[in-house]
Amino acid sequence: MSGEPPSAVLDAPAPEEPATVDVDDVPRIIRARHSLQDAVFVHTARGLGLLVLVIVGSIGLFLGLQSIPTLRHYGLSFFTEFRWLPSQDVIGIAAVIVGTIQVALIALCFAVPLAILTALFITDWAPARLRPLLIGVIDLMAAVPGIVFGLWVLFLIQPHATLVAHWISKHFGWIPLFHVRTDVDFPLWNQAPGYPSYAGSAFIAALAVTMMIFPMATSVMREVFGEAPAGEKEAALALGATRWAMVRTVVLPFGRSGIIGGTMLALGRALGETISVVLVISQAFEIKPYILESGTATISSLIASSYKEASPAQLSALLTAGFVLFCMTLLVNSLAAVIVSRSRGNEVSEL
Amino acid sequence: MSDTLIEQPRRTSSRTREDLLALAGAVIGSVATTWLFYTQILPTSGAIGFVIAWYVVFVVFYAVLTWLTQPLTVVVDRVVTTAVFAAPTLIFAALATVVVMTVWKGLPALSHWNFFTSDMSGVRAEDPFTKGGILHALVGTLIEMGIAIAIAMPLGVATAVFMSEVGGPGSRLVRTVVEAMTALPSIVAGLFIYTVCLVYLGMPASGLAAGLALSTMALPIMARASYVVLGVVPGGLREASYALGAGKWQTVWRVVLPTARPGLATALILGLARAVGETAPVLLTSGASTYFNSNPAKDPMNSLPLFIYAAFGSGSPQMAQRAYAAAAVLLAVVLLLFMFARLIAGRRKLR
Repeated sequence: MSGEPPSAVLDAPAPEEPATVDVDDVPRIIRARHSLQDAVFVHTARGLGLLVLVIVGSIGLFLGLQSIPTLRHYGLSFFTEFRWLPSQDVIGIAAVIVGTIQVALIALCFAVPLAILTALFITDWAPARLRPLLIGVIDLMAAVPGIVFGLWVLFLIQPHATLVAHWISKHFGWIPLFHVRTDVDFPLWNQAPGYPSYAGSAFIAALAVTMMIFPMATSVMREVFGEAPAGEKEAALALGATRWAMVRTVVLPFGRSGIIGGTMLALGRALGETISVVLVISQAFEIKPYILESGTATISSLIASSYKEASPAQLSALLTAGFVLFCMTLLVNSLAAVIVSRSRGNEVSEL
Repeated sequence: MSDTLIEQPRRTSSRTREDLLALAGAVIGSVATTWLFYTQILPTSGAIGFVIAWYVVFVVFYAVLTWLTQPLTVVVDRVVTTAVFAAPTLIFAALATVVVMTVWKGLPALSHWNFFTSDMSGVRAEDPFTKGGILHALVGTLIEMGIAIAIAMPLGVATAVFMSEVGGPGSRLVRTVVEAMTALPSIVAGLFIYTVCLVYLGMPASGLAAGLALSTMALPIMARASYVVLGVVPGGLREASYALGAGKWQTVWRVVLPTARPGLATALILGLARAVGETAPVLLTSGASTYFNSNPAKDPMNSLPLFIYAAFGSGSPQMAQRAYAAAAVLLAVVLLLFMFARLIAGRRKLR
């Protein structure tokens, strides 16, 4: 993006040189004296920019500083302890970190294939008249509040999704991932009391998160796919390729960075998704691979559910958990930005 | 634009009657087969299972029918095409059910006029829909939106102007930090304001705190989006302005910002729409009141997402329906903002 110093803008284009001469073009230095108006403007803008830097930076700094007393108090066990029992001073975020990653990854498993296919549909299958409409709907979907998707999953999807989960665990329960620690031969409406059921699982929470991250992933991928060189596409078609063969040989290799970058951005969003997850899951602090089984917890659901009763020490523990979450999303987003900007079109989609 | 020599891509869709008949045959055959086996012979039930089973059977039928007359590459193309059409269909069906479900379930409450003109003070959960409404939440949302507009928008645009137009020392740092902070999960922004303003500074839970939390969340997003928009302004316009003797301030104020205005407005409104729908920051900072309060500095102030969350958490079926009605209103608010953004963006294309 445009990182050039402002003086370069003022430069006249360099005169044409023969290609063999090895003299580098050096932009001549222009010393423009700012008028009073400009001086005021430049300094105001710089002041506001630095103010925002201070505000925004202090948030990160504050979160980081808050985690020092927590780490001093709980030590490394803060990261290895899976229980969250403030009353007994046993606090750790191992379970919520695992839960956060589980929910996000399951959501990615649904959202990424759907996003790739939808982006391909928009760029290469849909008639040109339909394209703006489709793009508009995807953008609108990005603005739908998470709580609405939460309600939707809770009421419309969960009753059906538990049936599917029950079926999967009945037939594929020997895979640890799909195991549920209850008697799968009981029908769904007659679960033995005291045993985990299928509602409120990481799987079902991930369905809500899928709806939240799908639009972002799709729009990143669509933008990159849309920049695939038309000449090469036409060439593939002219050689007799089917549409899929054209997409496989031209669009997908070209759009690989878009797929990876879109996936990473979606992952960053999925990690921090709060309210739709809080609505759907039944909170349980436990490290387990059983994604279809009721009960899980994420960092954001932990914060949302326990900030109210927190003492100052626990509040700083929550802030530490939030800081860990922030570091995770920051890492993922930075990777995504690097990957997306490496693609030929260097415009990251607006978030 | 010259209208003489625009190369038109050749039309690649050439459906023969055989293709259409194969498609129709596969659809009819797969529906009949799936219905027979799924509902009559095998011990299976459930809507999602039916759709999945139907899709698999359909793809198999379609592939076999195509394979009878076409080479393998065409078969692969057809199979992929079904997937490319299925993914957006699935997503748009899901989105449609989200909207329909919300409006349908909220209709009993929405159809009473007092739902928009009164608050919930003194209304019990079981009271009929002729009593109580969401005026307090609606007004709270508008006020919190106003605070976010007043804080995040000017600072965001000023930062973007600094990063893209002024530059100089510090602009790189500001850009890095702002980009990093776009990764801040909304719940962590809420927790930050909760800790700093409510716990340390002793502010009451209020609309102001909620507005601050939303601004904290929206500021980096808006700054980044505005920066992207400003980067798209052609450099030639700036150079022309400088060449005519304009100063920096005049160039930014008279050339860059007016050129970028539609894009800026779109980016800012979409950022706002996202902030309005966020529940997590509001949940931590504003407190779910039941009474009307238009003073953001004092007393709890409800907002639409929070009303939905709280009403839903109360467990009463009447309140759940009010939650759906409020969700429909929230969707309408987001949709209005979105249409507004589109309207502004559309004007740019006409020029």
